[in-house]
Amino acid sequence: MAKVRGAIVVDTERCKGCELCVGACPTDVIGMEEEVNSKGYHYAYMKNPEACTGCVNCAIICPDGVISVYRVKTS
Amino acid sequence: MAEITLDQIIQPENLVYTKSRIMTDTVLHYCPGCGHGTAHRLLAEVIEELDLQADTIGVAPVGCSVLMYNYMDVDMQEAAHGRAPALATAIKRLMPEKFVFTYQGDGDLAAIGTAETIHACNRGENITILFINNGIYGMTGGQMAPTTLPDMKASTCPYGRDVRMMGNPLKITDIVATLPGSYYVTRQSVHTPGNVRKAKKAIRKAVEYQKRNQGTCFVEIVSNCNSGWKMTPADANQWLEENMLPFYPLGDLKVPEE
Ligand SMILES: Cc1ncc(C[n+]2csc(CCOP(=O)(O)OP(=O)(O)O)c2C)c(N)n1
Ligand code: SF4
Ligand code: SF4
Ligand code: SF4
Repeated sequence: MAKVRGAIVVDTERCKGCELCVGACPTDVIGMEEEVNSKGYHYAYMKNPEACTGCVNCAIICPDGVISVYRVKTS
Repeated sequence: MAEITLDQIIQPENLVYTKSRIMTDTVLHYCPGCGHGTAHRLLAEVIEELDLQADTIGVAPVGCSVLMYNYMDVDMQEAAHGRAPALATAIKRLMPEKFVFTYQGDGDLAAIGTAETIHACNRGENITILFINNGIYGMTGGQMAPTTLPDMKASTCPYGRDVRMMGNPLKITDIVATLPGSYYVTRQSVHTPGNVRKAKKAIRKAVEYQKRNQGTCFVEIVSNCNSGWKMTPADANQWLEENMLPFYPLGDLKVPEE
């Protein structure tokens, strides 16, 4: 069966830790890293990467435009 | 078949979304979670998709988005507080082939700039106005704006807006829709992914319609000022949905007759 897999790449230095992407993800992929970036913000990361479908919800809600999304169809 | 690895997914040919190249690499100075960044990005995406980068002239306001010209790689002018529609009028009349927009907050557009807004829209200037309504003066410390809701707290009405003393909120977008010079008037928001998608479609129309030379296109975007509202970004967006949207309902207020 064809399955869609996605992945996100966060520009961690520019992430402001607002967490809007966390709530926008329908499959609970995103968590906030305990580490902080040079500005002192906890940044977003994929805590549950297998669940990402590449739906881009997180990227379009991110006010700082720091998320890039990749998507493939697997069989 | 073996499971696909992240490295195999994260390849240039699989890229489905990244920040528009019309957005510069300058870090936005906005507070975390502020809708200004989202609104900038949507406009940038539309300008990129319609190939208008070299033909765009924007007018930045006074307010938190005063530095907008640092964030978008298009020609921009800075207007005095509230005067963006007047400046845009001049630019568009001198260069009618350009796509001309203003980007303004509610303090800028609906308080000090009310006259410029109403008259530009009533004259039917062929400009596109993006109006970010966060119900507050964000930049100067969260003072009450004309758009502040009844009973909503702001730094100058810490017990909530008492409409008997402070007057009623102004639905300026509704007024603009009644003016013969306005062509397309809509109210959108960027607080959920679904609303972001709808807002982008509306902005695209407001940009495309300018080519028709039929009048002013006006897009209100209801947005959060989480710092001024003193909430987390997620709570602010929830509050927006529960409190701002009943008073400022989303949808088109005026659409062109096809
Ligand atoms: C002529 C003039 N009057 C007053 C000010 C002070 N001032 C700066 S920004 C602002 C209001 C900004 O609020 P808004 O337009 O809602 O934008 P936001 O910051 O919320 O995005 C005011 C009153 C000014 N800069 N110039
Ligand atoms: S692309 Fe969709 S599924 Fe993947 S992390 Fe973002 S919101 Fe979640
Ligand atoms: S929405 Fe953007 S800025 Fe906010 S936490 Fe997620 S990646 Fe960071
Ligand atoms: S003060 Fe409000 S409007 Fe200004 S950047 Fe912060 S959240 Fe945005």
